[in-house]
Amino acid sequence: MLKFISMKLGLAVLVALTVSFISFILLYMAGDPAVSIAGEGATAEVIAAVREQYGFNRPLLAQYFEWLMRALSGDFGMSYYFKTPVSDMVAARLPVTMTIGALGMGFALVLAIPMGVLAAAFPNSWLDRLALGIAVVGQAIPSFWFGLILIVIFSVNLGLVPASGTRHWTGYILPMIVLGYYATPAIMRLTRAGMLDVLSADYIRTARAKGLNWRSILFKHALRNAIIPVVSLAAVQLGFMFGGSVVVETIFALHGAGFLAWESISRNDLPTMQALILIFSMFYIGFTLLADILNAWLDPRLRSG
Amino acid sequence: MSNIPMTEAATITAPPSPARLLTRKALRHRGFLFGLVVVGFITLVAVFAPFLAPHDPYKQDLLARMARPVFLGGDWKHILGTDALGRDYLSRMLYGARVSLMIGFVAAMISAVIGTTLGILGGYFGGKVDAAVMFIVSVRLALPATLVALAVVALFGGSLTVVVLVLGFLLWDRFAVVMRSATMQVRQMDYIAAAEVLGASLPRILWKDVLPNVMNALIVIITLEMAHAIILEAALSFLGLGVQPPTPSWGLMISEGKEMLLFESWLITIPGIALFILLLAINVLGDGIRDITAPEGRN
Repeated sequence: MLKFISMKLGLAVLVALTVSFISFILLYMAGDPAVSIAGEGATAEVIAAVREQYGFNRPLLAQYFEWLMRALSGDFGMSYYFKTPVSDMVAARLPVTMTIGALGMGFALVLAIPMGVLAAAFPNSWLDRLALGIAVVGQAIPSFWFGLILIVIFSVNLGLVPASGTRHWTGYILPMIVLGYYATPAIMRLTRAGMLDVLSADYIRTARAKGLNWRSILFKHALRNAIIPVVSLAAVQLGFMFGGSVVVETIFALHGAGFLAWESISRNDLPTMQALILIFSMFYIGFTLLADILNAWLDPRLRSG
Repeated sequence: MSNIPMTEAATITAPPSPARLLTRKALRHRGFLFGLVVVGFITLVAVFAPFLAPHDPYKQDLLARMARPVFLGGDWKHILGTDALGRDYLSRMLYGARVSLMIGFVAAMISAVIGTTLGILGGYFGGKVDAAVMFIVSVRLALPATLVALAVVALFGGSLTVVVLVLGFLLWDRFAVVMRSATMQVRQMDYIAAAEVLGASLPRILWKDVLPNVMNALIVIITLEMAHAIILEAALSFLGLGVQPPTPSWGLMISEGKEMLLFESWLITIPGIALFILLLAINVLGDGIRDITAPEGRN
């Protein structure tokens, strides 16, 4: 188990380093950062001075390592646009994103797992068809449009929840539904497929033959085995949801890290963009690593692989 | 015969050809038929948009702004009404179908080439090559696609070409993963061993023996990733960092209609429903192809 964890950890660190290099180089390619800091209409001298001051004239690798070392100590530099330290802004904005991410994942799990179990328990019943319908619609509905439609119905027409902001806790309801529904189809399909597999296994037949309660067979015996791949998927989806928070936070004007990403991207604020791409990647890597370890703990067969 | 339930004897006496079996399965699959008809219809509309569109999609008419669609009491001159600049909404919808389908198709093709190459190499050679492929896939998955796409479009400008290239170079991960495992299965087959023994060159084996046998899975992923690219393009355009105005893109139309959300919600409803139906049809078509081409008894 220790060997398994250290191997996965080593791989995660390698992936993280590669991602950090890509996010550094990606924005470096975009053009001369000195020009964008100096602003429009700056003279050549001003640009040269900025280049000197920010150290843009040094070798690329040297700049990367310095940026990485600073990033590791939590210093992502100053925002070009907001003129405040990037790490302060990100720290202030992350809680909102994490809250809607956690709420969205909770919503997805509460909807997808019971529906997936019931769909597998009663194949081709109306429950199965309903689950399939929810999944198919969820895959096809663009989340930004779904968000706007919910605002029209629940905020504008019914006046039940605020259309934007989080001054009141009800402001989290619609973002939770939009983000959660986005993750629902994949989780529900995997739960259903896993349950169908498990339910045809011999030990389930034995449990039924012994006269065990069907509900306890479903939710205790079968789900425990079918849930293992769902754990990894949920971790991956949670990572994607952080990326998806850009769209959801923009629609509902929630001032989280996703909204900050959109603000900084549309204003060419390179340090903030770099920091956010890196942080979102780290969350994804962390979640998947956690899922791998959790999986190995749940299913000893995976440890050797 | 017709009253007798299907028995082994009956299937042996009349073995249907694989092609007929496939057609029979396809005609019985309602999802596949629905997807095929709707995607086919939207493709035709996109191709013939210049002939079907009643007006020029770019022509502004400031005297006829925000005319309502017919079903909300508008007149037949503008069947789906006009937008805030007085441009005919139906014409913009028809041309918007071109943008969505073009971006979806080209992006899916680019990512198919990248992902399939990686996946087949990893699955065929295994070992270190496979480890390298899986590493590249992990790196790609760790990068937040929406964010990276937004950043690249912001830095390089939102032309149709940039959007297509960004999506094509971002969405290949599923191709790599699925093609890898499909190739691993094909690799075990006797005909691969036979080709190797006969001295077939490596490119020949990969191109003539491996690729045709993973084609079914490839087609399924192409359809699903096409939907993925279309939805991402719409999201990017909605956020103002995708296709730029005045190009008619459904995502951009929803973004423009958002300003009038409180008063004229049909401005976002019409392109939204079109986008939803197109994505639904493509996904259902992909699922249908998977069901039809799956070996008997598998779902």
